[in-house]
Amino acid sequence: MTCDAPVPAGAPAEPEWRAHGPKRRSTRALRVRTSAALVAATVLAVLLVPPLVQLDQQAVDLAAKLQPPSWAHPFGTDDVGRDLLLRCVYGLRVSLLVGVAAALTATVVGTAVGAAAGALGGWADRALMRVVDTFSSVPHLLLGIFIVAMFRPGVWPVVISVALTHWLSTARIVRAEVLSLRSRPYIDAAVSGGASRWRVAVRHLLPAVLPQAALAAVLMVPHAMWHESALSFLGLGLPTHTASLGTLIQGARGSLLAGQWWPTLFPGLFLIVPTLAIAGLAGAWRERINPRHRSELML
Amino acid sequence: MLELRSITAGYTRNAPVVRDVSLTVAAGESVGLLGPSGCGKSTLARVAALLHRPDSGTLLLDGEPVRHWRHRAPRALRTAFGVVFQQARLSADPRLPLTDLIAEPLRATGRGREADDRTAELAPIVGLTPDLLTRRPHEVSDGQLQRACLARALVLRPRLLVCDEMTAMLDASTAAALVAAVESYRASTGAALLAVGHDRTLLERWCDRTVHWDVLA
Repeated sequence: MTCDAPVPAGAPAEPEWRAHGPKRRSTRALRVRTSAALVAATVLAVLLVPPLVQLDQQAVDLAAKLQPPSWAHPFGTDDVGRDLLLRCVYGLRVSLLVGVAAALTATVVGTAVGAAAGALGGWADRALMRVVDTFSSVPHLLLGIFIVAMFRPGVWPVVISVALTHWLSTARIVRAEVLSLRSRPYIDAAVSGGASRWRVAVRHLLPAVLPQAALAAVLMVPHAMWHESALSFLGLGLPTHTASLGTLIQGARGSLLAGQWWPTLFPGLFLIVPTLAIAGLAGAWRERINPRHRSELML
Repeated sequence: MLELRSITAGYTRNAPVVRDVSLTVAAGESVGLLGPSGCGKSTLARVAALLHRPDSGTLLLDGEPVRHWRHRAPRALRTAFGVVFQQARLSADPRLPLTDLIAEPLRATGRGREADDRTAELAPIVGLTPDLLTRRPHEVSDGQLQRACLARALVLRPRLLVCDEMTAMLDASTAAALVAAVESYRASTGAALLAVGHDRTLLERWCDRTVHWDVLA
């Protein structure tokens, strides 16, 4: 069929693929706006609620234990009568802190290793990439459990555990990017102009890979939050008295069997909704950087 | 000044691009290297500019054999060569405005204080106006960018210029302006030139001596 074939009567004036365009754009805009609003609400909640609301999230009230949602306790209470809305906000704060800190650490480590491997090349590249392969050959949840088990339970062991198991993909991405840049004539020109290895890496290579690394960092935040929850749910992450989404869900398992749904549902929603929102924003950003890569949600 | 003896070089093992090639460039001399595309003349130019380590052969600079290439070569040796590549677009860091692009070798060698003076001095020689100097590579044409790349190659006052198909992507008037800029630099400093290309008319008009690749290989 040629392009200038006459359009039969009654056929849609626009070709099929074009008719999809504005609709897809509007759903994407809606997704980005919803995600941005949810991320903003999350950040505001975790930053503002603890200093503004003078309530003790640890306050035990055994007389009011396991109450269903009500005006006094919108999310209900847990098995020792603590307000679940407050616990969820505090839990989200800890989970978000762990997620952001772990993602940042993993990205810094991954970028440094990947850039060093790519820029140095030769035996240094081979050695560093074998380290990456060795880390990747162990299932990362297992390795994470091993790392947290070496320390007392707390926030920083979880951050270290998640970061040390998640820098590998960033290292690979950055190395590949640096390798492709390294053979460009502008790097030759820099070498010929007397630039040291360090200057080539810092002035010409790293700035070019930073957008990719920053995107990898944002994409990793929700994943790191899920890891924190998984470790805490297994009882290996944060101590049980510290409210995190993982410890809240873990503590509520017993009451779920007894028919009380609210102590697990609300922390679960607090985990799912913000992580989906962050992933949605990061996906939109990735589509902008690399439009050929249709984004799928990544957790 | 520069002597390449039986150079064999390539990018994969057992498949050299350049096989047993010898070439000499005397001090102050301009040599044109002529050959069809893909024959290996750019690789030879990269070897000559200490950017690509040959598999075998010797490179003598002022009678001294060179033992190291790229970063391992002493900075004073590397900066004795000014290199201009064929594709200006690929040989310019896309993030640097032209003024920083030109001054980059000075900053890399710890002479950043000379940057402003030297850029102001070179810009008229290569034909760049002050408003162009503040733009980034994507905001100028190929010809304007190649002018900046030539200025960058000249900024450290090299003793030997290696022009790898410098004018291949440019229109005749820009090509003539760049050749004139190179020649005025050589006239004032006595630098040698290795010009690589496949335009016989240009190289024969430009250089003291033109060598065809078939004679070398």
